[in-house]
Amino acid sequence: MSVVVVQLGQCGNQVGRELFEVVDSDARGQGAKADGERYREASLDRFFSCEESGGNVPTARAVLVDMESKVIGRTLSSAAKTGRWKYGDKNYFCQKKGSGNNWANGFYIHGPKCEDAVMNLVRQEVEKCDRLSGFITTMSLAGGTGSGLGTYVTGCLRDTYPNSFILNHVIWPHRTGEVIVQNYNSVLTLSHLYQSSDGLLIHENDTIHKICSQLLNIKQISFTDVNKVIAHQLGSILQPVCTGLCLTEYSRSPLGDLMETLVTHPEYKLLSAMSIPQMSDTSLAFSTFTWLGLMKHLRQMLISNTKMEEGIDWQVRPTPAGLPVAAKISPNKELRFNTSVSNLLILRGKEVQNAETGGFNDQALYTSWTPAESALSVWQASQTFNKYERSATMVSNSQSVLKPLDSVVRKAWNMFASRAYVHQYTKYGIAEEDFLDSFTTMEQVVASYSNL
Amino acid sequence: MTQSIVVQVGQCGNQVGCRFWDLALREHASVNKKGIYDEALGSFFRNVDTRYSDGDCMDLPKGKIRSLKARAVLIDMEEGVVNELLQGPLRDVFDSKQLITDVSGSGNNWAVGYKSYGFQYREQILENLRRAAEHCDCLQCFFLIHSMGGGTGSGLGTYVLNLMEDEFPDVYRFVTSVYPSAEDDVITSPYNSILAMRELTEHADCVLPIENQSLVDIVNKINQMTNSGKLGAAIKPYTLISGQKEAKGQEKPFDAMNNIVANLLLNLTSSARFEGSLNMDLNEISMNLVPFPQLHYLVPSLTPLYTLADVNIPTRRLDQMFSDAFSKDHQLMHADPKRNLYLACALMVRGNVQISDLRRNIERLKPTLQFVSWNQEGWKTSLCSVPPVGHTHSLLALANNTCVKSTFQDLKDRFVKLYKKKAHLHHYLHVDGMEQSCFTEAITSLSSLIEEYNRLDATKGLPVSDATRLSIAM
Ligand SMILES: Nc1nc2c(ncn2[C@@H]2O[C@H](COP(=O)(O)OP(=O)(O)OP(=O)(O)O)[C@@H](O)[C@H]2O)c(=O)[nH]1
Ligand SMILES: Nc1nc2c(ncn2[C@@H]2O[C@H](COP(=O)(O)OP(=O)(O)OP(=O)(O)O)[C@@H](O)[C@H]2O)c(=O)[nH]1
Ligand SMILES: [Mg+2]
Ligand SMILES: [Mg+2]
Repeated sequence: MSVVVVQLGQCGNQVGRELFEVVDSDARGQGAKADGERYREASLDRFFSCEESGGNVPTARAVLVDMESKVIGRTLSSAAKTGRWKYGDKNYFCQKKGSGNNWANGFYIHGPKCEDAVMNLVRQEVEKCDRLSGFITTMSLAGGTGSGLGTYVTGCLRDTYPNSFILNHVIWPHRTGEVIVQNYNSVLTLSHLYQSSDGLLIHENDTIHKICSQLLNIKQISFTDVNKVIAHQLGSILQPVCTGLCLTEYSRSPLGDLMETLVTHPEYKLLSAMSIPQMSDTSLAFSTFTWLGLMKHLRQMLISNTKMEEGIDWQVRPTPAGLPVAAKISPNKELRFNTSVSNLLILRGKEVQNAETGGFNDQALYTSWTPAESALSVWQASQTFNKYERSATMVSNSQSVLKPLDSVVRKAWNMFASRAYVHQYTKYGIAEEDFLDSFTTMEQVVASYSNL
Repeated sequence: MTQSIVVQVGQCGNQVGCRFWDLALREHASVNKKGIYDEALGSFFRNVDTRYSDGDCMDLPKGKIRSLKARAVLIDMEEGVVNELLQGPLRDVFDSKQLITDVSGSGNNWAVGYKSYGFQYREQILENLRRAAEHCDCLQCFFLIHSMGGGTGSGLGTYVLNLMEDEFPDVYRFVTSVYPSAEDDVITSPYNSILAMRELTEHADCVLPIENQSLVDIVNKINQMTNSGKLGAAIKPYTLISGQKEAKGQEKPFDAMNNIVANLLLNLTSSARFEGSLNMDLNEISMNLVPFPQLHYLVPSLTPLYTLADVNIPTRRLDQMFSDAFSKDHQLMHADPKRNLYLACALMVRGNVQISDLRRNIERLKPTLQFVSWNQEGWKTSLCSVPPVGHTHSLLALANNTCVKSTFQDLKDRFVKLYKKKAHLHHYLHVDGMEQSCFTEAITSLSSLIEEYNRLDATKGLPVSDATRLSIAM
């Protein structure tokens, strides 16, 4: 089954490009044997279409959207330059001036204006798929186009393809320094997506930045570095994988299976990811890993909510299951222990069937109303992924998003209490009540996750 | 990419504008070595073929540069300045259809500029604006340049601002306003400034207030340093502050001052014109820096102003550039942002500077600055990879800070002094359409603007607490 990627705004286009790059190079890196060949075919079918007319260069199943032309121009040409894959010549839509960091401009003005054109491009892409699993959108929360137009387009996708899955991949802004109104834009985006999306997969720029500097030892970090890390994690989630015990049968519905395992309740749609190991190519050459070590670290990363294998807090421990709920919610736990609704563990590489994942199958990791057996899913593939001999990615629906979410809502609410910047939005047709509705939705989400 | 139109009104507006076009041409010439008309150039210039017609010639698509025409409208109610411009080296970038002049000037009287000439030239101005707009495929911004103290720039200039708003409501209006110094030789300048202020407050998207006194001080300091030999081999030609030192051309007294303003405009628009890893489009400026509609006065400061720029500046000096941007002698307005409250702040950097340099310096400077409680992280940044001519890098800081209120208060005091004596009032009231109420409304508008700033400033130093969150029924 195939997915169609809709890349929106500067960030969305830059991240989307890296995703296809990783997927392509991972697939190409597989051995010539039959199983490698099958993996390659499954990956290709998932992300690329091949047309004779296109000179047999795989064409990304993607639609590129931005309200200015600079970024799309660069994205198209840099993909074409690889010679290995490309974007469709006509698969993009751009305008001349961006949304100016204004969600309302993207949603209310650009949205209706480009709806026909964008949905047309999407339909053409969908028609190229033998079977469609669903859509992935890539976008940032902070700007105006990815966030505002991205929200609008997600709504259109939901209306037009009610039976397809939609995964919104969203980039959480740096805490400070780029866009002053980012907290408003984030609240407006998240609250609307909560209605129309099946799941929101979140990457925080600050976290990825840290991975680049501390794990990959990059000195001057560019957005390209950041995007490669994000794409690696995304790729490890989305590349072909076996959801059952049989290691020869790849999942048919990548997005459907993901949602089915992770988003079991409409109140809980926020997903985060962590991968292990992550290191520079040079270090990688000198390192070996055991599944045992990887699992031990990943488990502690999960429960202590550390998104990288560095500075893990080993003090954090689950309270033994079986204790009454009241005892479990000790202040200590509230502070540090990351409780999950559901987790998906994806293992890739050598001897993957030997990995012992029992540590994740512990009721103490989960909220009381999800039994551990159904809360944890483990998917496996025996292929190495993106040069890592053994690697694991955890996609988690847990409290790990709570802190950044609460902070964004708090800052936006402080601003809103003074009505600062609100006039910039209302001039594009959004009302103060709409803001209030969005805040209400987000407070609800904060409360839900707090109460796990 | 989008385009902008510069509308320069009055003596000051045209003289500053003239320096802008000169520097803009030089900047593009140094970046664009191949002589190809590109989108960056297109943001302020048309490329036309003048061979076949002498009238309003056709725009050429991308390709070789033929003849560049400024996207500009030049307005003055006397002929002197504009005529001089047409005899100078810039004559080819304008054609006669872009000019609107009269002979007698506004006599330092806002009412004559706004009411008389506004009424008289309305259609002609509109036609000029429309024509300039038609040459753009995506007009984003008007840049109005004028002085506050005279009659034409302040009166007719703000009249034009109104026309723009009515006719092109979606096009941003950035205004560069030169404020008179306390010793200004125009006696009626306080009247003119305050009558104009009301229009700016109500109809501009962003105003960059610039005080002539600050420009004078900066230029004096540079001259001092040059003469005392502190700057070594003196300032290299073609850098930020040097004028156009051609053999024949004698620098006019205002040129050095106006170059600084012209550079401000170049740096303001550089991120929209050139590539960079963190672009800032013009519409992002007001979106991020203007929290309330009328509080759109942004205090500019510019660095480097005093340094030679021939070496690759080490980190220490790069950090110094950021410190300088927050020191008084790099501000284009006399005010004290450090003792007042920041509502928001933008840092627009050019040259080889990385995002990590920006972050480091923001962290370093933050403790010395006070931000309003609801905007503790009120920084907007941009990185443009193309440095200004003659420099390795530069920084333009735009502060939305309550410090502007003291300048406005001074102006108000000067106004009241005149107004109490009814000095020169009759010159204004003689003008058709001008009434006493124009004065009272203008002063009320200014007072309430100052009050707004005071209200926010009063929250300074109070403990920052979070607003009570919405409670949710579970
Ligand atoms: N990870 C990552 N973040 C990015 C990238 N580019 C921009 N961002 C983040 O995206 C946010 C800014 O949003 P953009 O995507 O640039 O905005 P846009 O969607 O193009 O919207 P407008 O420019 O306002 O029309 C900030 O939080 C940036 O940190 C990128 O390539 N990678
Ligand atoms: N910085 C700067 N200030 C100028 C320049 N020319 C005039 N001024 C200032 O502008 C104010 C006078 O306004 P002008 O622009 O000369 O007047 P005008 O708009 O032509 O109006 P009228 O002459 O009354 O028709 C005074 O405060 C001058 O100091 C200039 O080239 N640069
Ligand atoms: Mg953008
Ligand atoms: Mg004059």
